[in-house]
Amino acid sequence: MLDSPQTPLVSVRDLKMHFPIHAGLLRRRVGEVKAVDGVSFDVMEGETLGLVGESGCGKSTCGRAVLRLYDITSGEITIDGTEIGDKSQSKLRKMRPTMQMVFQDPQASLNPRMTVEAIIKEPLDEHTNLTEAEKREKVGELMDAVGLNRQFAKRYPQAFSGGQRQRIGIARALALNPKFIVCDEPIAALDVSIQAQVVNLLEDLQERLGLTYLFISHDLSMVRHIATRVAVMYLGKIVELAPREALYAEPLHPYTKALLSAVPEPDPSLAQKNERIVLQGDVPSPANPPEGCNFCTRCPSVMDICKTVEPEYFEVAPGRFTACHLYQNNNDTAE
Amino acid sequence: MPDGALPVLDVRDLKTVFKTRSGEVHAVNDVSFSLRPGELLGVVGESGSGKSVTMMSLLGLLPSPPAEVRNGSVMFDDKDLLDVDAETLRAVRGGKIGFVFQDPMTSLNPVFTVGVQVMEPLRKHMGMNKKQAAARAQELLELVGIPDAKRRLDDYPHQFSGGMRQRVMIAIALACDPQVLIADEPTTALDVTIQAQILELMKELRTKLGMAVIWITHDLGVIAGIADRVMVMYGGQVVEHAPVANLFNDPQHPYTRALLKTIPTIHGERAARLTVIEGQPPIIKAAPSSCPFRDRCDVAFDRCANENPPRYDLGAGHDAACFYNARTGAPRDA
Repeated sequence: MLDSPQTPLVSVRDLKMHFPIHAGLLRRRVGEVKAVDGVSFDVMEGETLGLVGESGCGKSTCGRAVLRLYDITSGEITIDGTEIGDKSQSKLRKMRPTMQMVFQDPQASLNPRMTVEAIIKEPLDEHTNLTEAEKREKVGELMDAVGLNRQFAKRYPQAFSGGQRQRIGIARALALNPKFIVCDEPIAALDVSIQAQVVNLLEDLQERLGLTYLFISHDLSMVRHIATRVAVMYLGKIVELAPREALYAEPLHPYTKALLSAVPEPDPSLAQKNERIVLQGDVPSPANPPEGCNFCTRCPSVMDICKTVEPEYFEVAPGRFTACHLYQNNNDTAE
Repeated sequence: MPDGALPVLDVRDLKTVFKTRSGEVHAVNDVSFSLRPGELLGVVGESGSGKSVTMMSLLGLLPSPPAEVRNGSVMFDDKDLLDVDAETLRAVRGGKIGFVFQDPMTSLNPVFTVGVQVMEPLRKHMGMNKKQAAARAQELLELVGIPDAKRRLDDYPHQFSGGMRQRVMIAIALACDPQVLIADEPTTALDVTIQAQILELMKELRTKLGMAVIWITHDLGVIAGIADRVMVMYGGQVVEHAPVANLFNDPQHPYTRALLKTIPTIHGERAARLTVIEGQPPIIKAAPSSCPFRDRCDVAFDRCANENPPRYDLGAGHDAACFYNARTGAPRDA
């Protein structure tokens, strides 16, 4: 961990992304899915912020909203000193080179009718004035950088394995020398022995090019490996954000505790001992979240206040944020 | 687990080949294993390692063509399942052998209520009438921990969450009191907190019902928590097989060793860099005449390219298919 004061490259404040629900004959708006509901965090220059949570918690929507792939409901997003929360899509287009995305499914995110070269070259066509020869050279360099054989440039995505396709996706994201890359579950679709290859590649590239990552994943073990700091989402909100070591050694929020205890350990002696916190029930619908704390319906330490008052998201210790009444009380008495 | 008890299921030299336009794919090569009453056998492997195809073959669930079960025997209930007529096999499937598949979203029929689907095996295999079946279906849903079971019988699959749907699948598999339950990646599509619920449920049901379980997964963490014995598959073969503690504490096959090093963990040392198994899993195009792992193996030597290693017995129910002896650090004698 660096002690020197770090500067945030990306700064997100009170980001909300609500999707309307239309129903009935007139397709009237009857409600909204609060996929991301007031999320604030910074991503420091050169770090990897892990964003974890279960399916439907809004982590992918959050990643996409940060890059303004959606028109957000409200909130501020500052990337590299520029506020992009309210920018029009045409203005955003000029900024796209700084911020890129690697998608989960390398099968679906690569056009099967384009060659690998065309796929990696497309961002260069759109955003640069390089000559055709220069572009081709750049594509070659990118293929080298991600460990793909240049000779395969004229092949189509289906000729490649899952891990190699993910490398193509990474090369495309790197084409415009971005500073910030959102990696949305980049290894979820890959086999265990291939996951390590892609994660090591991402780490190498970060070191070499000084990249900043928002790494979205449901795999808590892998996030522990790759992330500098980790944010945990539940039902559209960040419930805890902390430096990696602190979060895994001493999780604060009851949801983080349950989540970590649910991860199966590849060690039979540990697995026997492991006091697993098994949460009851399922995640409530984000269209109709419970009153008070979003986690109150499943929380093992639920109190009366949790069912009425929404806990504030605050810094409980330096660098450690959480939204839970258990710690709010401590905070109040301490003051 | 009772050692020496007669196995409920005994698979010998199973061999399955897919005929494709670009030639044959040897998906399962001479796989042998047995399952003792009441035990949980974990089967681990990456996609394409042949773990699912093995289980599909032994129940005759693979469409033929393109699949062809070429060789082997599957002894269950004094019968060879590869040799019986379709009628008998149908009676076993979903009856004495239950099945749970990976994806609870697609393995339930969306146009029938959950009740109808839980009752189907009861009426087909147990000859129950509608009323008996409905009562038993309610019991089953309660058994797998679905609240308000009676009312839920009339709901359609889309009204259930992923975890609840997987519980329904388990209820269907358990409907006819199976002796063997085959679960193919039953928790892979689920979130970790829901997976934890299903794993606890599974442990509970095993003690309650005493059935033997084959649990297929790619997640070594899941295996460590629930299995009695583990079988590691690679390239359509069993490369290592051992009691669960031995496999994790004393892995003998280079693939198992590498796999255990590759996965990061929540506890313990955090490696600065992940260990990588270079290369890709193979597609076996012909009957194997060499070790399928040799291209990615860091201890491979010339013999590995010329012969396919047999499963060497290492004592204490542990065997590994490798010419290299990890304990002595030298090649095994011929």
